[in-house]
Amino acid sequence: MSLITFWFIAIGVLWTGYLVLEGFDFGVGSVLPILGRGTDAEDGEKRRRVLLNTIGPLWDGNEVWLITAGGAMFAAFPLWYATMFSGFYLAFLLLLVVLILRNVGFDYRHKRDSAAWRRGWDRAIVVGSVAAPVLVGTALTNLVHGTPINADHNFTGSLLSLLNPVSLLGGVALYALSLTHGAHFIALKTDGPIRADARSLATKAGVGAAVLGTVLLVWLGVGYGGNVWSWITTGIAAVALLASIALNRKGTEGWAFVGTTVAIAMAVATDFFILFPNLMVSSTSAANNLTTANASSSHLTLQIMTGAAAAFTPIMLAYTAYNYWVFRKRLTVAHIPAAVAVH
Amino acid sequence: MNSLDIARWQFAITTVYHFLFVPITIGMSLIVAWFHTSWVRNHRPADLRLAKFFGKLFTINFALGLVTGIVQEFQFGMNWSAYSRFVGDIFGAPLAFEALLAFFLESVFLGLWIFGWGKLPEKVHAATIWIVHVGTLLSAYFILAANSFMQHPVGYKFNPVTGRAEMTDFIAVLTNKVQLVTFPHVVFSCYMVGGAVVAGVSLHLMRRSAASTVSGSSVDAAMYHRSTRIGAVVTLVAALLVMGSGDSQGKIMTEVQPMKMSSAEALYDTTDSAPFSVLSIGSLNGQHATRIIAVPGLLSFLATGKFGARVDGINQLKPQIAALAAKVTERYGPEVGKLAMSPTYTPNIPLAYWTFRLMIGLGMAGAAFSALVLWFTRGGRVPRGRLWTWVALAIPLLPLFAISFGWIFTETGRQPWLVYGLLTTAAGVSPTVSATSVLISLLTFTALYAALAVVEVRLFLTYVRHGADPFHAPVKPEDVTDDAPLQFAY
Repeated sequence: MSLITFWFIAIGVLWTGYLVLEGFDFGVGSVLPILGRGTDAEDGEKRRRVLLNTIGPLWDGNEVWLITAGGAMFAAFPLWYATMFSGFYLAFLLLLVVLILRNVGFDYRHKRDSAAWRRGWDRAIVVGSVAAPVLVGTALTNLVHGTPINADHNFTGSLLSLLNPVSLLGGVALYALSLTHGAHFIALKTDGPIRADARSLATKAGVGAAVLGTVLLVWLGVGYGGNVWSWITTGIAAVALLASIALNRKGTEGWAFVGTTVAIAMAVATDFFILFPNLMVSSTSAANNLTTANASSSHLTLQIMTGAAAAFTPIMLAYTAYNYWVFRKRLTVAHIPAAVAVH
Repeated sequence: MNSLDIARWQFAITTVYHFLFVPITIGMSLIVAWFHTSWVRNHRPADLRLAKFFGKLFTINFALGLVTGIVQEFQFGMNWSAYSRFVGDIFGAPLAFEALLAFFLESVFLGLWIFGWGKLPEKVHAATIWIVHVGTLLSAYFILAANSFMQHPVGYKFNPVTGRAEMTDFIAVLTNKVQLVTFPHVVFSCYMVGGAVVAGVSLHLMRRSAASTVSGSSVDAAMYHRSTRIGAVVTLVAALLVMGSGDSQGKIMTEVQPMKMSSAEALYDTTDSAPFSVLSIGSLNGQHATRIIAVPGLLSFLATGKFGARVDGINQLKPQIAALAAKVTERYGPEVGKLAMSPTYTPNIPLAYWTFRLMIGLGMAGAAFSALVLWFTRGGRVPRGRLWTWVALAIPLLPLFAISFGWIFTETGRQPWLVYGLLTTAAGVSPTVSATSVLISLLTFTALYAALAVVEVRLFLTYVRHGADPFHAPVKPEDVTDDAPLQFAY
């Protein structure tokens, strides 16, 4: 396998890592109004705090996968990074805005003891947690669908070029997957009424995700030149999703979470298998496609990056795993201390 | 305005804004780590209270540093795609390294530190904030290496087949001589700000506690007295190191970008023993500028280390810089040569002149104020008088804004180059992104950042006014029962 192919896979893995990890915190953030409804205002607030605390120490590290995926694209395929980021301009602008508001929401929500303050940040968290996966899913599907790109590898379309049915389905399906994944995560990390509510939500969301996800992957495979590999990953994704619904109903929440992890990973893999060896398909002319061959960095840069990835990824994975291990306990409303924020 | 101007304004606004949070993050993580370690060693209640208090201010600041940093990474591709294509082979690697080596470290260990009370053994817990600090330094190293490449490109060659610049020596990129002087200058200036925030906040709270008759306020006053002095010492020592490293940086800058040094003094004609003016009146367009308090030979000293040395003037440098562009055409052909062509090869000279002075002046004023604070707090003294409220406010803001002016100076002083001697800023902008799109982006970020600034500053001040929480002995992880409330929770 050439280094160029290796880096194509590595970037696929980074996007997978991002969507699997931030996928569940998107799911958790977006269900605040659903699973955060309590018997009264006080109970509701405690429930929302339980939900937020399941991802409290984790979401920030999860988001670094996005920055690393972007950085790796810049370093390994600068032309891909340049065309995609300048091309999907307004979509990425919107992505940045919703991520900023969502992240600040996580950090600031608990810092003032005021219901209005919390309500405002809750909105930011919910909107960001729904919009971000929709935008990322739309963007990644558009790589396969194709967008107007000229001979100089510059994007010549507009925001409307990104709003095609299959890509929008990609966005909605990714959100549905994140929602199910997040509900499994909550069921795995909480106890009491929230856990039961999360499980029943996960079943409903799982059915939606299974339908949307399967339609998306089959559409991509049939319409955009699926290959043996992409059909295998599509099959695994569908089976994993159905299995996760059954496992969740059976009450084995850990395995249900593994199921949606595999499903998201295989959905991203399907997208990348169909894409290869292209990086961005040009709807203007196939000759203008960005490919692994015409968009990559020099061999030396790829070698340096490979060395760094080999040396430091295991360390990063080790301390990330440690973080998850430290905060492994299930949370209930009993674990939520009185608000210590300043009014 | 065309998309180039708007993209430049956006880069300026978002970068200066981002870099208000960066120095506080780098500087305060060090001081919080110091207080936390001191608590673990001595179990003096004040140390834990201060670690938690400044830790809270630190996290309020970190939140915005992080989110505005994501914009920076996206912005290169969104607004500067031609640049990203042309030098991505070299410039992308430090950014990827920064994410993999630094951002993960900072984010994961900050999560562990914030939520780790009652979860981590106390020594491990103190170690996590040190690791966050190391992460901030690694991050600074890689991003400054990337910036140093733009100031003084090394370790690359132009590949005529791909039409792009390609890396030939990564070690050369990481040990660029500009980088070796910039990194210490920037990190020390961040320590200066970190110390100054602690000093300013503590000075205010010390004076308030000393004036209060509430029980326990004398204990608080003593605690803040100590942190005021610690902050002021850090600021002062860091200020000396900033000056020393800035001096070396000036000499390297004169060597690699002589135009920037001459613009810093608006020196139009080559001069022996060139003077340095503190201020001047006039348009700085080369005619009739009246220098006020010009120190003879000082510019020569700043530029070369010798008071009598010759410093090249802007007029004499112009053809030399234009020759750089001609050399690009000569070496790589007219296609690439176009990327280095500019109607003018001088930066905005009044901007360079004034930002250089504001950087030095505000930095020195910050150092002077912290020296003043050290003097007036000697032997347990608490300075009285309303003027000190303003001193408390000025101490952190002076070095913080000095850094902003330093960046504006060094980035605009490099113009018209994006990568010095190779690629102009005009050639780096995204060619097919419309001015309307960039304008929407500029307005969105400006409005969003302004709103967040209001929220952040108000929250920060609320927590400053609240002061350090009373001492609660932390519960050890082994003593935490299964259903006990969390020691820290959102």
